[in-house]
Amino acid sequence: MRSKKDITNWGKYPVAEANEFVFDSETNLKKIIESSPSSPFIARGAGRCYGDASLGENIVSTLHYTNILEFDPVRGEIFCEAGVTLEELIEVILPKGYFLPVTPGTKFITVGGAVASDIHGKNHHKEGSFSAHIIYMEIYAADGKIYRASRTENVDLFEATCGGMGLTGIILRVKFGLKKVESAYIKQITARARNLDEIFDLFEEHRSCTYSMSWIDCFQKGSKLGRSIMYAGEHATLEDLDTKKKKNPLYVPAKRKLTVPFNLPSITLNPLSIRAFNFLYYNKSPKNRHVGLVDYDTFFYPLDAILHWNRMYGKSGFVQYQFVLPLDVSKKGLTEILTRINKRNMGSFLAVLKLFGKQDDLISFPMEGYTLALDFAVRKGLFEFLDELDKVVMDLGGRIYLSKDARMKSDFFWKSYPKINQFAETIRKYNPSSTFASEQSARLQLTNHYHKK
Amino acid sequence: MKCVLILGASSDIAKAAARQYARKGATIFLAGRNEEALTGFSKDLSIRHNVIAKFVRFDADDVKSHASFYKGISPVPDVVICAFGYLGDQAVAQNNWDECNRIIQANYTGAVSILNLVANDMETRKSGVIIGVSSVAGDRGRQSNYIYGSAKAGFTSYLSGLRNRLFKSGVHVVTVKPGFVDTKMTNGLKLPAPLTAQPDQVASKMINAADKKKNEIYVLWMWRWVMLIIKSVPEGVFKKLKL
Repeated sequence: MRSKKDITNWGKYPVAEANEFVFDSETNLKKIIESSPSSPFIARGAGRCYGDASLGENIVSTLHYTNILEFDPVRGEIFCEAGVTLEELIEVILPKGYFLPVTPGTKFITVGGAVASDIHGKNHHKEGSFSAHIIYMEIYAADGKIYRASRTENVDLFEATCGGMGLTGIILRVKFGLKKVESAYIKQITARARNLDEIFDLFEEHRSCTYSMSWIDCFQKGSKLGRSIMYAGEHATLEDLDTKKKKNPLYVPAKRKLTVPFNLPSITLNPLSIRAFNFLYYNKSPKNRHVGLVDYDTFFYPLDAILHWNRMYGKSGFVQYQFVLPLDVSKKGLTEILTRINKRNMGSFLAVLKLFGKQDDLISFPMEGYTLALDFAVRKGLFEFLDELDKVVMDLGGRIYLSKDARMKSDFFWKSYPKINQFAETIRKYNPSSTFASEQSARLQLTNHYHKK
Repeated sequence: MKCVLILGASSDIAKAAARQYARKGATIFLAGRNEEALTGFSKDLSIRHNVIAKFVRFDADDVKSHASFYKGISPVPDVVICAFGYLGDQAVAQNNWDECNRIIQANYTGAVSILNLVANDMETRKSGVIIGVSSVAGDRGRQSNYIYGSAKAGFTSYLSGLRNRLFKSGVHVVTVKPGFVDTKMTNGLKLPAPLTAQPDQVASKMINAADKKKNEIYVLWMWRWVMLIIKSVPEGVFKKLKL
């Protein structure tokens, strides 16, 4: 009757042959988990992590667990089930004058995923990651009980669940605070940086700006190494809007979406085409610093306008390599890594640089310093190359984002996350027999299932 | 504004229909057994669409409770969607009367019991729409699921008789035959993509049918032809097929 299907996350690598289960109530979830006491489960939302974090033999999809349970427009708080997507939330909260406290570069993720990855956005340096805004959450743990966890209640569970990749149990419901906004628009500053020194200066200069990130051209070398464009922004107030927009400040007319209808041949993105793209992209940006008004979709989610953009990398998929380096060694490390990428002609089509603020949570990815995210098509030699980069990152005291990871070696992981022992201990407490485990958790030796053949 | 009563509201088709009616501002009664899921869903509808949405306990098998259940629905519904059903397991049902009876109850007896009450009420009011979610499986009995199929065949016949009776009172009856639908119920089954509809598609087709007073609809046009062929195979040949 039930047949396994091939499931992949956003990077299309790796592919897992999995049973997929859905639930719409706690009762149903309990039945599913108890039906198979020996084999582990892992929760999965919209499948927008890149690698194997939500892959395993038995996947519990939250996509039928999608109710918004409370919305308090006075206090600006929302309480919802884990499968609700950020896109759906925006539809509800924006017309009432609220926006998400933290959002990644796509709105097609679920709230459960946002917690499990402890996502960050362009405002991390000012407002922290998603977990900073959680009031409380409810988690189904391996003992079949539901725990309420917050920064004051079941604190260990709360800390290990934020960024914990679903290893403490199934995140059921989350209550979190929203951000009051006057409009659906962002006042955006665009500025060019000719090299790494300039972009670092721009980030420092815009530290007080709520949002900032930059796109970086990995193919530039020498004095142009780190050539990039910075985008900074603030939520536009009513005064920032023209009369036409003022009439309906919280509404953005729907735009047409493009789609990549099928996997493109893997040759599509080659050093030449990426160079050409980067050249055009940089040169079409305003030469001088420019301030303009853009809608929230354009500012936060430019890639959401192209559905299935992951198909550009072809059938074998891609890996996103996102690392962070401590602030004092960021420039040194980035120079080294960008130089290595250049030498190997490994240039990434999308490369995003961002300055994080301080964060000192248990297993969350961000720390004060620069983070760079690079996309590489899966091909021969890539993993060896990434192992080399891991070494550079490790020597400088940096680490890799688990949501993007599909290949990191476990000893690097254990060395690079300073509170890993405490995290592993909490997992053992709430998930003692690996009822919840993923291919990633097995690869990283956090749980004891799925020994890779 | 319209008031819509959905019987068996936790199915994916029912939920999609509830969302679409809520988007139009209708008051929604979600009737079913899964209190936890439906209470949550009623909150969700109220928050997302700014409408009144309520959970009402309803058990299709418990026919004795139907009269008092229906009396409790206020305001009276303009649209009633009968969306509950139970696919069951044909192989088990052949040997086990409880499973067999459960299939018949959930797909036929229970539906007839509650819709009798709805029909009488709408007939007196001289207005209303009844939407029955039947199945292509009721078009012809096949060895792989004829117990479910025969219950749905009975339901389809019931709906056509009801349509005939209520026509003169201005009450309209829609029969929906969805075919394969990508739902919780079919998750994990390999379904042929061109013949498989999304719950949202089923919901918008059936709401459209209710608005336009269509009588019997298939959701995907292919199904009309597929079933036409299946229905026109002579019985002498049909009985030898593995279907």
